Amino acid sequence: MSFISYLINGISLGSVYAIIALGYTMVYGIAKMLNFAHGDVIMIGAYVVLTMMTGAGVNPLLAVLISMAACTILGMTIEKIAYKPLRNAASPLAVLITAIGVSYLLQNIALLVFGASAKSFTNIVNIPALTLAGGKLIITGTTIVTIFACIIIMLGLTLFVNKTKPGQAMQAVSEDRGAAQLMGINVNGTISLTFAIGSALAAIAGVLLCSAYPTLTPYTGAMPGIKAFVAAVFGGIGSIPGAMVGGILLGIIEIMGKAYISSQVADAIVFAVLIVVLLVKPTGLFGKNIQEKV
Amino acid sequence: MKKNLMKMNKITKNNLITYGIVVVAFIIMQILVTSGNISSLLQGLLVPLCVYAIAAISLNLVVGISGELSLGHAGFMCVGAYASAFFSKAVGEGMPGMVRFILAILVGALVAGIFGIVIGIPVLRLRGDYLAIVTLAFGEIIKNLMNVLYIGMDSNGLHFSVSDAASLNMEADGTVIINGALGITGTPKDSTFTIGVILILITLFIVLNLIHSRSGRAIMSIRDNRIAAESVGINITKYKLMAFSISAALAGVAGVLYAHNLSTLTVKKFDYNTSILILVFVVLGGIGSIRGSIIAAVILTALPEMLRGLSDYRMLIYAIVLIAMMLFNWAPSAINWRERVKAKFKGKKQKTDKKEAA
Repeated sequence: MSFISYLINGISLGSVYAIIALGYTMVYGIAKMLNFAHGDVIMIGAYVVLTMMTGAGVNPLLAVLISMAACTILGMTIEKIAYKPLRNAASPLAVLITAIGVSYLLQNIALLVFGASAKSFTNIVNIPALTLAGGKLIITGTTIVTIFACIIIMLGLTLFVNKTKPGQAMQAVSEDRGAAQLMGINVNGTISLTFAIGSALAAIAGVLLCSAYPTLTPYTGAMPGIKAFVAAVFGGIGSIPGAMVGGILLGIIEIMGKAYISSQVADAIVFAVLIVVLLVKPTGLFGKNIQEKV
Repeated sequence: MKKNLMKMNKITKNNLITYGIVVVAFIIMQILVTSGNISSLLQGLLVPLCVYAIAAISLNLVVGISGELSLGHAGFMCVGAYASAFFSKAVGEGMPGMVRFILAILVGALVAGIFGIVIGIPVLRLRGDYLAIVTLAFGEIIKNLMNVLYIGMDSNGLHFSVSDAASLNMEADGTVIINGALGITGTPKDSTFTIGVILILITLFIVLNLIHSRSGRAIMSIRDNRIAAESVGINITKYKLMAFSISAALAGVAGVLYAHNLSTLTVKKFDYNTSILILVFVVLGGIGSIRGSIIAAVILTALPEMLRGLSDYRMLIYAIVLIAMMLFNWAPSAINWRERVKAKFKGKKQKTDKKEAA
């Protein structure tokens, strides 16, 4: 029975990774950049919810919506100020380092505004836990909400990208930016929209993450950010189902590694699995293998 | 022939300027230190400055010359640091300090270099961002494994364990050398600023000579066009691996210097953030510019200390300066603007020259 409960915990953690990884993968697909500040947007999102609830006494659902709006604005502003000027820079590394700079900036702003001490996050999910198999298997409300949120977001995003005009514009821009522009697609607008969606997802991920692991510091977002980045690569960076599968697999491996091998080397196991997968499939599980033409 | 000779001279001149900058900076710092015109805080920074300079030069070999993004460079520093500190502790007072330190540097470089080869063989099959994430993964794995590694030594030899110090099963006289997450304590403090600068010069010598050698040109040709390089018969794997492992060995040297500067060595210092920090030095100093790497490493290591008076705001300012410098250096619009300004100044100068001539 403990195996099933670990599995469910793994899927729950993996769902959070998947939501973060979706943001990573969409931004990578369209802007061809690794947005290292994504993990810190998660942290800001969680702080906004916390401040809204404890400071202003706002209803939890409304607080999440406000946080999503705040993160959307934040994400679009970062893109406009820090990333857009470097879009045609001589080296793709330039925008990577700028993203790292933005990450430091967000962490230090949070440090100044909210302080270095860890804040305990109040769980916003008040659904009673599900007890199965005569009390042997307990699934918390947070777990249920997290898994459902992940499924809904995944379905919504797939529909959006495949069925709507802006979604198809996103696909076109990620395929070939120049050709998309010639077809009359507003490339700048589409990239902004991608950052907006990615950042809104980050806000949701932040809330879910902090509901499950209720300590919040300015550095909370960093490690989940890296893990989600790994998840995105695992599934094939740029692919939406890939991010989902990669995230959930990563969550399961991490929890199982912690439970059955050693909690200290769980991260090492996650990274080792990633390396093995990439050596067998060099573009990730769902990645497209593009042949180079001479 | 004559043209060739001129070109050689230009390269040599350029290299000599780089060596010169290091030597002059060293002399100035030494004068400041002996005359007591320098705060103890800055004095404590001198060896770390050398550490980061060497690490930045070595990473530039991978990022700038070989054209691969590596996010796990701190892992190699970690390996070098641990191997050398282990060596120094195991030898103890059995050797004169200087000999021991030189051997420790060689041990650190060798072990890090071997890790570079072992990791490089699988990693270099991948490309671009996939390669970057795998180097990051290796860096994290090294850090995680060092965290649970216990090694002790007694009269029977070495004892290894991955669970805790008690399970080493040592005799009563045994000592624990690597103590898991607590790391290595009591490493002899052999690193000095002078040795650091000598190591920078040796690193520079190795890297600059490699770049301007036949192998260096082969490595750069792979960076510029892999397929073209392959079609003229350059062995891609061999040259990529060469750059990667030399870079790893030099990062190991940086680790050795670091380990022998502090009495306590833990893996916390060698995480992903350190790898990123070194990458920041390389990119900010100019990808492929060895001199730029050193200057950026020195400025960015000293900057947070210089800003110490601003206490809480210093890292905030550091972040803003970093973003602003990146935008100023790399944004196409900023480059255009800079060129326009330059052209304006030149134009004015020419006009005034003409007037004077008239």
